[in-house]
Amino acid sequence: MPASWILLIIIALSVIGYFIAKQRALASGGGDRRVLHSLPKYYGTNAALAAAAPALLILGIWMILQPVVIDSIISSNLPEAVQADRGERSLAMADVQRIADGLDTAVSRGAMTADEAVDIRVGASNVRERLAEVGVALGSEVDANTLQMAQEYRALTSTGNIWRAIAVLVVALGGLAIAYMMTHKDFRARNSVERAILSLLIAAACVAILTTVGIVFSLIFNTHDFFSRYPAEDFFFGTRWEPSFSGRGGASDLGFLPLIWGTLFISLIALLVAVPLGLFSAIYLSEYASKPVRSIVKPLLEMLAGIPTIVYGLFALLTVGPLLLDVFGRDGVLGVNWMSGGTAAMTAGLVMGIMLIPFVSSLSDDIINAVPQAMRDGSFGLGATQSETLRQVILPAALPGIVGAILLAASRAIGETMIVVLGAGAAASLSLNPFEAMTTVTAKIVSQLTGDGEFNSPETLVAFALGMTLFVITLALNIVALWIVRRYREQYE
Amino acid sequence: MRDNFRAENDVTTNAVKIAARNVQVYYGETHAIKDVSVDIEDKTVTAFIGPSGCGKSTFLRCINRMNDTIDICRVEGDIRIDDEDIYDRRVDPVQLRAKVGMVFQKPNPFPKSIYDNVAYGPRIHGLSRNKSELDDIVERALKRAAIWNEVRDRLHAPGTGLSGGQQQRLCIARAVATEPEVLLMDEPCSALDPIATAQVEELIDELRQNYSVVIVTHSMQQAARVSQKTAFFHLGNLVEFGETDKIFTAPEDPRTESYITGRIG
Repeated sequence: MPASWILLIIIALSVIGYFIAKQRALASGGGDRRVLHSLPKYYGTNAALAAAAPALLILGIWMILQPVVIDSIISSNLPEAVQADRGERSLAMADVQRIADGLDTAVSRGAMTADEAVDIRVGASNVRERLAEVGVALGSEVDANTLQMAQEYRALTSTGNIWRAIAVLVVALGGLAIAYMMTHKDFRARNSVERAILSLLIAAACVAILTTVGIVFSLIFNTHDFFSRYPAEDFFFGTRWEPSFSGRGGASDLGFLPLIWGTLFISLIALLVAVPLGLFSAIYLSEYASKPVRSIVKPLLEMLAGIPTIVYGLFALLTVGPLLLDVFGRDGVLGVNWMSGGTAAMTAGLVMGIMLIPFVSSLSDDIINAVPQAMRDGSFGLGATQSETLRQVILPAALPGIVGAILLAASRAIGETMIVVLGAGAAASLSLNPFEAMTTVTAKIVSQLTGDGEFNSPETLVAFALGMTLFVITLALNIVALWIVRRYREQYE
Repeated sequence: MRDNFRAENDVTTNAVKIAARNVQVYYGETHAIKDVSVDIEDKTVTAFIGPSGCGKSTFLRCINRMNDTIDICRVEGDIRIDDEDIYDRRVDPVQLRAKVGMVFQKPNPFPKSIYDNVAYGPRIHGLSRNKSELDDIVERALKRAAIWNEVRDRLHAPGTGLSGGQQQRLCIARAVATEPEVLLMDEPCSALDPIATAQVEELIDELRQNYSVVIVTHSMQQAARVSQKTAFFHLGNLVEFGETDKIFTAPEDPRTESYITGRIG
């Protein structure tokens, strides 16, 4: 029985459960709603949940585990030599699965009867051609062993599917029956539904947390793999970034320093742009702007945060870069020849700074608004002007929160990719000249993984080490920022 | 609390400090203060009493133009301090507020040290030429607010770390440090316990030596204890204004009598 049918049956059962439990609850109260502990709909929901939730859970787990179990049973039949190598083993298993799927397809399209599919022999009929007729292309001739394994695979899968259907339906019916039996006017259905909702919420929260844990582990394993192929001290303290791609041979220099230098340098330029502009606009919006101005300007400013970063990247590449080149380039307005190409740390930094303005301004605005009106009254009452009040009372009170906002913006800047890829250039250099092309950790992760390098080479795996390092840096920044913001919040609440 | 303390009626000779004539205040469409005229004397404690929402705080905030900070608030009429119209174009509200100090209902020390809280006003108005002068001003203000002995050893501790009563006296010290001529107090004791209230009330009586003090209060006992003049507000009108003793013993208006005997409010 396919999973979709099982799903439909579960849904039908839970709908039935809803109505019969509701009916039974009303009947147990003699038709009077007021003697029931909960509203009738809670009894119904309780039964519906009891029928659906455990059954769906088992169905989900079964669908994840069955292929894994069957895979391990079948692959034990493979020759020893094939089993030893991970790559060959997975290739062989893919073949088996393909043939099994192909036979299933053939049966379902009517090209073969079910018996023919079971009896098919390598010698008697050309399996490859028969399957090609129904649109399943195989890479090579099918040998007897593979075919036999495919048949075994099919058999195990269909047995598994039958047991799956039985187990799930038994659980669904059992849950329904128990909930139905428990339905009585004194049963606290409302509380039990509340508990179910609580566990749903917890499960949703767990998904986010578990995903984060999964990301961290995948980074850790691949990073570990990288360091087993490339010395850690060369990575962390190397000053040259010159990966040589496979095919050309020769050793690569995978030094981390030029990349982190580029990252920090560009982020610094971005913050030098974003912090004053963002902070001043936050001050204007929260302290000086009239209500109508504020209601127009604030959403406009926050719209900057909604622009995709690739658009900023294009802006950097096509507008800001050439503009800067016209000013600081060889034949530029200033005649200084500091800049040789449109892509430079300055280009990316300026555009990234513009992107960060709403982060700084929006958070700072909230924080400045959170300073109690009593502080302003106290200061005005002493004859202070608006800007004196701002400088001497409000900003000092809001400072920790503003620092937190700036740190959050900084971690955004460090993790930013598209603007850098398009605006900053590709050369990794340890330069102090902001008009020189630079590159960042994120941009190099992109270029290392999108190249056609072998996946198992250090040149590719270095991306994970870079990602891990970046993750640690931004995580630390975020933790510090959140800690500062929280400490500030406690002051007034 | 000094049980024998009672407002004395020696104020008849004092000059008029604040003269309000036909003051109207509107919050948007709401007519909050209706045609109030009152003369507030120098070196006197004047109490504003009345039920909640009767406009006494609003009127108080007109005297130092704090209502200017509220967009929808509109003030009409004439308020003169020392015969100078404070709503005149030439008057800078900022300078006016330096002359008319204000203490708020809830103690609102700045999140700074005790010293910096008190030095805030003198610093922005340039009242001292050097550090030692500023030290003197701070010490004098703290002494006048009767809190010096409690904080002299921790002037650089944060002002927000003091108890409620201490914070309110710190706010009073902060207000007197700018050497105002008038001190406005908007329910200065409503957030304080009885002991702190007694300390602040005693302080108000001492401040009368130098300032004209206007206090808004919900407590009629407090008005009777600290003030020489009392004004009773009801629904935006000034119902009755006169000697405190007279208001509390022989009110002329039936509404005043109802309020002080607890029948309205």
